[in-house]
Amino acid sequence: MVPKIMKQGRLAPWLYLLPSLILMTIFIVYPTFATIRLSLLDAHSVNSAATTCQPGQPCWGIFENYRYALTNPEMLAALRNNALWILLMVPGTIIGALFFALLADRVPYENLAKSIIFMPMAISFVGASVIWRFVYDFRSSGPQIGILNGIITAFGGQPVAWLSAPIINNFCLMLVGVWLWAGFCMTILSAAIKGVPAEILEAARVDGANEFQVFGNILLPSIMPTIVVVTTTMTIIILKVFDVVYVMTGGYFDTEVIANRMFELIVTNAGQSTAIAVVLIVLTIPIMIFNVQRFRREEAAR
Amino acid sequence: MASVVYDHVTKKFGDSMVAVNDLNINVADKEFLVLVGPSGCGKTTALRCLAGLEEITEGNIRIGDRVVNDVPPKDRDIAMVFQSYALYPHLSVFDNMAFGLKLRKVPKDEIKRRVEQAAETLGIKDLLNRKPRQLSGGQRQRVAVGRAIVREPKVFLFDEPLSNLDAKLRVQMRAEISKLHQQLQTTFIYVTHDQVEAMTMASRIAVINKGVLQQIDSPQNLYDTPNNVFVAGFMGSPAMNFFPARLRKDANKMVVDTGDFILTIPADRTRSLEQYVGKDIIFGIRPENIHDAEFIPPNIHAEKVEAKVDVTELMGNEIYLYLITGKNTFVGRVDPRSKMRMGDKAQVAFNMDRFHIFDAQTEQAIR
Repeated sequence: MVPKIMKQGRLAPWLYLLPSLILMTIFIVYPTFATIRLSLLDAHSVNSAATTCQPGQPCWGIFENYRYALTNPEMLAALRNNALWILLMVPGTIIGALFFALLADRVPYENLAKSIIFMPMAISFVGASVIWRFVYDFRSSGPQIGILNGIITAFGGQPVAWLSAPIINNFCLMLVGVWLWAGFCMTILSAAIKGVPAEILEAARVDGANEFQVFGNILLPSIMPTIVVVTTTMTIIILKVFDVVYVMTGGYFDTEVIANRMFELIVTNAGQSTAIAVVLIVLTIPIMIFNVQRFRREEAAR
Repeated sequence: MASVVYDHVTKKFGDSMVAVNDLNINVADKEFLVLVGPSGCGKTTALRCLAGLEEITEGNIRIGDRVVNDVPPKDRDIAMVFQSYALYPHLSVFDNMAFGLKLRKVPKDEIKRRVEQAAETLGIKDLLNRKPRQLSGGQRQRVAVGRAIVREPKVFLFDEPLSNLDAKLRVQMRAEISKLHQQLQTTFIYVTHDQVEAMTMASRIAVINKGVLQQIDSPQNLYDTPNNVFVAGFMGSPAMNFFPARLRKDANKMVVDTGDFILTIPADRTRSLEQYVGKDIIFGIRPENIHDAEFIPPNIHAEKVEAKVDVTELMGNEIYLYLITGKNTFVGRVDPRSKMRMGDKAQVAFNMDRFHIFDAQTEQAIR
């Protein structure tokens, strides 16, 4: 005998959802609101942020911490670098991953090749960053122990300060990001490519397409939903990029990113740190909405 | 429009797996050739070699006068209809059909004209803006055929195009493809495992088994004079009955002794069999040449045989009798007025004007 309360009706669905709702309230909803509250308070979470305003300086009142998060030169550099990461590193990773996935699909030792590309994901990101610090190592005098500068000086070139010379150091960090994430993206894209029926590609070949046309006209559109999912996922991940930057440059030499600022401030100024956290949340919302809408559209198209 | 030649074509996968073994076929211009055989016999591989989707290991394939061994599929001037239809899921019906023409840089208005004409022929004009997923199986099939037609290729290839359709639609599309062949006057090469499709559509049928061509001939010749036991058993439904037997001379008459019953061979057939007297043979007879002894057609050499009726299947226009004599089981298609019932002891008559004898060792026909 099913208890009346469990019968199909208005109440039953909520009962099934209840455990998840309780957990989400404790670990997601409450912390979010607590963070927003903290972001409106001062460094020690005691008084309103408005009390930190300096006389004669611009003041956003209770939103003073947001004035820091959105106008401070350090923060502007971090926002700019995050934008660079998303505009360059994300497409770089996807294109690289797609390239590997296509090549791996055509070699007999596919699994070995894919395992090697995927390997960086298995290393801790901090460990990987330490390894890459050696790759990029720079000495102003004496023998170079970094492999890149070692190669350059071996051919008679001048060593480059990969991690401390602004703008190229950002690209060096992004390359590490690509190295870390390409395997992950490749695995997902490779599965999508294998999901495309071989007969469709063969039909295109018989229809008169060369290999580039088969890729551009048939394969790419067929896996586009997966590419979009991987791209949005990567965008959210990279918006929060932290470990690589923290370990390799600590955000110095103009390589600062949002998450690193947030981490640096959490001890010294809880108000500013949480304000940055809220900015990060707000930045991810449009991507989330896009993802959900797209998912619904695809469901509707079935 | 072009002829197609398989010249000693062999296709191996790896070192040991021989999918197509020394295949020799000359397909004339405008011919409708059907490659038929059980699944895994190499017929689809043979077609894919012609399409350029598989490289051949040995031999030559010619389309028209040109050896195409190393020509990529796109330059072979062929069109192919796949078993799964292989429509491009993200393109509309129109774009699916126009794809090959766009790649060939055919002018826009010409593309439109050809696609609409093909759509008209196939009765899919209302569907041009739909996506493949919005179509039924039969409609997808037509789009796949339409995509091949608009290309106006030299040779059409069909890889089991009807096997995903329901029975009724299959019969209808069979007739439509035959009609299409009449209209287009182009070479058709069609792969199927269904001997009915082969019989109904082909101008010639090539029967393939285990990668080896067994026989190639017109449907009627193939049915009437199969070269070997495989072809005899494959063409026709229900299949031909086979009885392991021995050829003997019995008081001046030549007889087939199956162990369960003895059949006398008519005098006009004895000459070619003379050298097999005393040897093992396989005696074959089609179900339609086995009659209820009460309803024997006039003017045939009937030989009566006692048998037990195992199962009867009423078809309306005829009855299938599943019969047992000793160690042999066989099928007869008899007159619907037959009174035979399951479990009956019955007398059936073999029409000794229509039988086949095969060498027991080589399984080749003896004529």
